[in-house]
Amino acid sequence: MPQSATANILTVLDTDFKGIIEEWLGTQVKEGVKRSDLFSDAESRNQNRELLKAFSKGVRDGVTGEDFDFDDNQWDDLRAVLADVSRERVNRGVTPTEMATFVLALKTPLFKRLEAMLDSDHGVLIRDVMLVTRLVDAFAIYTNEIFILEREQIIDRQRQEMLELSTPVVELWDRVLTLPLIGTLDSARAQEVMENLLQTILERQAEVVIMDITGVGTVDTQVAQHLLRAAAAVRLMGAECIISGISPMIAQTMVQLGIDVGTVSTRSSIRTALSDALLTVGYVIKKTEGQ
Amino acid sequence: MAGVTSINLVEHALLVSIQDDITDTEILELQDRLSTKISENRVDGVILDISALEIVDTFVGRVIAQLAGISRLLAADTYVVGMRPTVAVTLVELGMYLPEIRTALSLTHALAQLRRV
Repeated sequence: MPQSATANILTVLDTDFKGIIEEWLGTQVKEGVKRSDLFSDAESRNQNRELLKAFSKGVRDGVTGEDFDFDDNQWDDLRAVLADVSRERVNRGVTPTEMATFVLALKTPLFKRLEAMLDSDHGVLIRDVMLVTRLVDAFAIYTNEIFILEREQIIDRQRQEMLELSTPVVELWDRVLTLPLIGTLDSARAQEVMENLLQTILERQAEVVIMDITGVGTVDTQVAQHLLRAAAAVRLMGAECIISGISPMIAQTMVQLGIDVGTVSTRSSIRTALSDALLTVGYVIKKTEGQ
Repeated sequence: MAGVTSINLVEHALLVSIQDDITDTEILELQDRLSTKISENRVDGVILDISALEIVDTFVGRVIAQLAGISRLLAADTYVVGMRPTVAVTLVELGMYLPEIRTALSLTHALAQLRRV
């Protein structure tokens, strides 16, 4: 039989395209992965139709003999549709298992139709079922890969946002800046913080900078090193640096570690640091009469 | 020579503007001229404006420290003003914290400080 390996599969796909979609949806419902709470029926049907259309195109052009490679150009359409669908599903909170089962549910309608068509020829049926299995499995694995990639991108973006968000330089008063440090201070963040701070000093012509470390959990030698380097750079720019928020615990650790803060002034609370800073730029905080 | 570094008298201080393209020979020659000027004019202070300086290395860093040291020996308060953020970061990364020099944000700030003394 000079017939290609995919001929039967294609016939099935062409003759009952709509029926397959409906049954695919049905299987998804049975497996409990349809997520009607996240997608309307029309949306699901649309997604399935696009995917199946791209899938049949891939089967038609992308399978030679019994071999196929999802990275080939013939599968471009499917990959593009898949990327869209995955993105949509990730954003709405579909789990990886649901996503994989969603794709694997395509097997049942295809198997049923092949069985009906090749009832008499079991040899061909088994061959075709095996091919469909390989195709759909590859399809599902690829889906998961895209799914994870999509998630990684989200994580990456969030990390970047966190990095930016966590280093705000606040103008407390005319020529007084504060930098509330929160969390851990690794080299990458310290660098970001320092650059951000120095740039703001230049823009605002700040004379005093308060680095508040109330939110920094632990101060080890490395964190202290970063802090002192930032303080030194601030001084070189011509501004004064006060490190505030040194808790009794941190003070003890710093002394035990033998960290010498040199000429950098330190305060226990941002409150005292602020009144010092205001004094430096020529302001006094005064209580109003009669209060 | 690209540009001889100018030394101007502002109030009772000498203002030295260091150019970005200053060469090593020029900067050494500047030390010479500056020390002479300080003793000639009997100034109270010296202001080194390095706002034009975009790139520093250990040599320039050391010379800045030396210029400040010389002025101090000749009894003139010395301020380094207008250091760029990138320059400050580089110096700190090179381990040159320059604790012996005084710094100010700008010329105005330095002059105000000098007046206060």
